[in-house]
Amino acid sequence: MRKVAIVGVGIAKYGYRSDATLAEIAFEAIKEALDDAKIDARDIDSFVVGNTGVWSSEPLPAVLIGEYAGLVPKNGIRVEAACATGLAATRTAYTMIASGEADIVLVIGVEKMSESTTPQVVELIGRAGNYFWEFENFGMTFPGYYAMYATSYIKRFGVKEEDLCEIAVKNHYYGSMNPKAHFQNRITVEQCMSSRYIAWPLKLFDSSPITDGAAALILASEDKAKEITDSSVWIRGWGYANGTSNLSKRSDYIGLEATRVAAQMLYKKAGVDPSNPAKYFDVANLHDAFTIAELMALSDLGFVKKGEEHLIVREKQTYIGGILPVNLDGGLKAKGHPIGATGVGMLVDLTKQLQQRAEKGRQAPIKRGWALAHNVGGTGHYVFTTILSVDKP
Amino acid sequence: MSGEKTVIKKLPEYIDKISEEALSMIDRLTAETGLPIYMDPKTGAPMWLDVRELRLRYTLPVKSIVEFFEALRNGVMKTTKCKECGTIYFPPQIDCPKCRVRNMEWIEVEKEGELVTWTVINTKPLTFSYHNDYVVGIVRMPQGFNILAWVRTTDPRKLAPGAKMRLKIGRREDENYISYWFEPVE
Ligand SMILES: [Zn+2]
Repeated sequence: MRKVAIVGVGIAKYGYRSDATLAEIAFEAIKEALDDAKIDARDIDSFVVGNTGVWSSEPLPAVLIGEYAGLVPKNGIRVEAACATGLAATRTAYTMIASGEADIVLVIGVEKMSESTTPQVVELIGRAGNYFWEFENFGMTFPGYYAMYATSYIKRFGVKEEDLCEIAVKNHYYGSMNPKAHFQNRITVEQCMSSRYIAWPLKLFDSSPITDGAAALILASEDKAKEITDSSVWIRGWGYANGTSNLSKRSDYIGLEATRVAAQMLYKKAGVDPSNPAKYFDVANLHDAFTIAELMALSDLGFVKKGEEHLIVREKQTYIGGILPVNLDGGLKAKGHPIGATGVGMLVDLTKQLQQRAEKGRQAPIKRGWALAHNVGGTGHYVFTTILSVDKP
Repeated sequence: MSGEKTVIKKLPEYIDKISEEALSMIDRLTAETGLPIYMDPKTGAPMWLDVRELRLRYTLPVKSIVEFFEALRNGVMKTTKCKECGTIYFPPQIDCPKCRVRNMEWIEVEKEGELVTWTVINTKPLTFSYHNDYVVGIVRMPQGFNILAWVRTTDPRKLAPGAKMRLKIGRREDENYISYWFEPVE
């Protein structure tokens, strides 16, 4: 397998983008990525579009973006893995280069969620579990699925709703320094605690917003990367797994098995000691669709013992200066969660972190030059993880 | 049972009613300006309101598990058990992926289980938006599988992990079709 580098990154402003179409937002990110790599659309062999759609009007986003971005007749496909669509699309592009089939591949993650009303979006995401057995008769919602895990944590480990709010506070704090983030306001635990319940015990401020956004990466083979830039960031490998469709079939409600399996696979490939992974990474993006998701990921990825996650959160160990700085771009919680764009947006930000290009106040000290991304689809239905590094694998 | 209160009638009426105001505004605007373009109330951006509506109602085959529904009609819940390896499946399915044979028997599901976890759905999906907040729980059954269903309780704050739950079968209030839910064992 050939080595694969990230040689250009771009990201559109996340938020309520009533000013732009899906293709326009995608192009905002593509343009920035091409400018970053100083290459032309002509240099791209192929492109992969991460988009979940359904709430937006265009059913063939890859074709639409291909036309708008001047890529025709270059081949592009859409990849979908719910909220993990972004890393799934990146992995597809990675494989195309690693296998030798392509040299330069453009990855675009894009979502235009605001084309549908909020109740419709709640409906469509709620259906993204097991449709017949969990939605049709019981009206499950996305926060509802994660709330099942939050209830378990609260009852079993003595986690408090305030602990979950601390995660929201941190992510808003870093989001406030990210000009591309959906929310740029700082919040307090009190504000979070007084927000309304959306799926008890989860409140509005525990939840990532409905966001429009796009992000783009240019991936290149080792030879091409050398021609394009001297500040490549390398993809060191992947870990991925799936969970059951029915939430009722999960073995427990105190973590996501798919994350644990994906982490094992990734750490083995990348030579990370699973008993102390934190020492390998300067920064991590963990999938915080809800605050409980970030909490669970801390133990599922091996950074802390199960049931003790809230203790390191209380100690602010997930801020810069702690054992593992998490979601310095604001995370899904404050940066926003434009489903198909989310994972790509994580890698855009981690690349900037490793290149020390993030805004002041949210740039992690880069010592070892490694970063971890964790992208969950649905409620542990899909999990993709990857490691980026400054040094070549 | 009254023929009025079914989900088939209630839901389209409910959805039409909540979108009525916005739609008639666009209608007026189109009549006056010739275009279905309105200014977004939050941002002031001009927006084209789709003149085509996509209404989807799926049809789902249940031939393989029709016994599940027939049993519900008789007030019991049944699920499938592989005759080769003994694995019990819930939701019921007729193929055993372990044995790669289709050789199932239908067994009756026990009437009581224990609550594993739960939530209260406060922000509801569009098609559930005429319901009051509802509790959804996952209940561990003695036969070794879990069932996700509504938990009918007057006070969700009294719920606790391990609480005994009784499986109930009957027509759904306001929706009229037969389904199942749990109630705390007092
Ligand atoms: Zn079998």
